[in-house]
Amino acid sequence: MQLIIFLGILILIWQGAYWLGVEIFQTVKSYAVPSPLDVGKRFVELCNDGTLFQAIGNSLIRGIIGFVIAVIIGIILGLLLNHFKYLQKNLKPLVLGVQTLPSVCWVPFSILWFGLSNQAILFVVIMGSAFSIAISVDNAIKNVLPIYIKVARTMGASKQQIYTHVIFPACIPEWIVGLKQGWSFAWRALMAGEVMTTSIGLGQTLITGRDLADINQVTVVMLVIVIVGIFFDKYIFSIAEKKILRKRGLISENSYR
Amino acid sequence: MSLVINKLSKKYADGEEDTLHKISLTVEKGEFLCIVGASGCGKSTLLNLVAGLEQPTSGEILLDGEKISGPGAERVVMFQEHGLYPWLSVIDNVKFGMKLAGIAPNIQEEKAMHYLEMVHLQDYKDYMPHQISGGMKQRTALARSLTMDAKVLLMDEPFSALDKQTSNRLREELQKIWMETHKTVLFITHSVEEAVYLADRVVALSASTREIAKIIPINLKRPRHVYDTEFTELRHRILDIIKEG
Ligand SMILES: Nc1ncnc2c1ncn2[C@@H]1O[C@H](COP(=O)(O)OP(=O)(O)OP(=O)(O)O)[C@@H](O)[C@H]1O
Ligand SMILES: [Mg+2]
Repeated sequence: MQLIIFLGILILIWQGAYWLGVEIFQTVKSYAVPSPLDVGKRFVELCNDGTLFQAIGNSLIRGIIGFVIAVIIGIILGLLLNHFKYLQKNLKPLVLGVQTLPSVCWVPFSILWFGLSNQAILFVVIMGSAFSIAISVDNAIKNVLPIYIKVARTMGASKQQIYTHVIFPACIPEWIVGLKQGWSFAWRALMAGEVMTTSIGLGQTLITGRDLADINQVTVVMLVIVIVGIFFDKYIFSIAEKKILRKRGLISENSYR
Repeated sequence: MSLVINKLSKKYADGEEDTLHKISLTVEKGEFLCIVGASGCGKSTLLNLVAGLEQPTSGEILLDGEKISGPGAERVVMFQEHGLYPWLSVIDNVKFGMKLAGIAPNIQEEKAMHYLEMVHLQDYKDYMPHQISGGMKQRTALARSLTMDAKVLLMDEPFSALDKQTSNRLREELQKIWMETHKTVLFITHSVEEAVYLADRVVALSASTREIAKIIPINLKRPRHVYDTEFTELRHRILDIIKEG
């Protein structure tokens, strides 16, 4: 409720600023600045002709497929990094370095290799998130309390059992945080990829808006990108994270954290 | 049927002198043996060697004639930190070792309940570790150790992170459990009172020579009382030995 009032006030300020700047003083041209009313109208239009839903659907499917592949690659790479001292010493710094690359940097490569295709976008998504997932997989394993492993060893656990019964369950909270971050990287990379190609999706709808000088469409798409991002963060990853943290007593029952 | 420690020495890679020097000691089956000594004299090192978590520099440890080379379920350890798994309920923590060993679920359940009752936690079996007190956590860890039917139970200051009152309660309970089960126990403590209370024999380690300073048999009748004159005398005798170091 508080949030709705806050958003309402923000929209009022926005409308007020638009009204002052564009209509009263005419310091800014109306095609350069969106107004809440026009954005709302465009939103309804885009919904009615189905463009928006198709774009969201396509982007989500692409994003999820790319993310799942990135998770698989990230887990395997992370486990390898953790298991082999040699890789930890030599490959980990490289992975850390590559991970700092903004995902757009992968676009030229992906277009050269895959053309303006779906695969090109997936490639950007995977490159944009797999490395961060790998690093969090590795770090989480390193953070497992030594006492957990010691206790299992003195109760006769095999090497494999130490992974399946101690390390993996102990890592779950940190892995969820890592996946959450991986998803946000994947989602951003997805937009970077979609903007460059012509496959139907949110990124492409955004670019069409720019090409038609339709500032309202651009705004609608930007808002949708934010909302989808928040939805995944809040309603999928954060809920899972809280549930697990609560079960383990890492946050208390009535905490809002 | 016993644990034989034979001329055991341990020098850590970064240490200049032996942390333990030619320790020889035999723990009889069914015996409760306590090791005391000043902080840093190598008590935990000795226990970790018996547990197989560390390798000796020289000498050997034999359990029923078999040389110890690594950790194993027949030498289960209870640490100062309870080491309960926060993602498992109390009863699932107690079952943990049996699960590793692949014991049938119905037997796991039966044994877990048996030992949970022994430590008075049957009503808390479905609680998560963070929902129970420190003393209850250590009792859960004790129950977990007991389910392993180990040949020897190794305990490294299991009660020393607890407040005095709770730790006294727990050592009373441990004494009772030991009188029922007669497990072989190697128990480490820095509290001489705790050692005299629990042990058949107390081994005092010397902080200076890194050898055994003295082995003191405790022939007091159980259950023991800390205010008895004999108890107090023994306590002071051992304290003096440790001080002389
Ligand atoms: N893993 C290790 N590597 C190097 N040195 C160690 C290691 N563990 C213990 N030591 C050293 O060995 C000595 C004995 O340590 P240990 O933990 O066995 O003592 P302790 O008698 O258990 O002490 P406390 O009563 O404080 O627990 C100390 O000087 C310690 O610094
Ligand atoms: Mg110690």
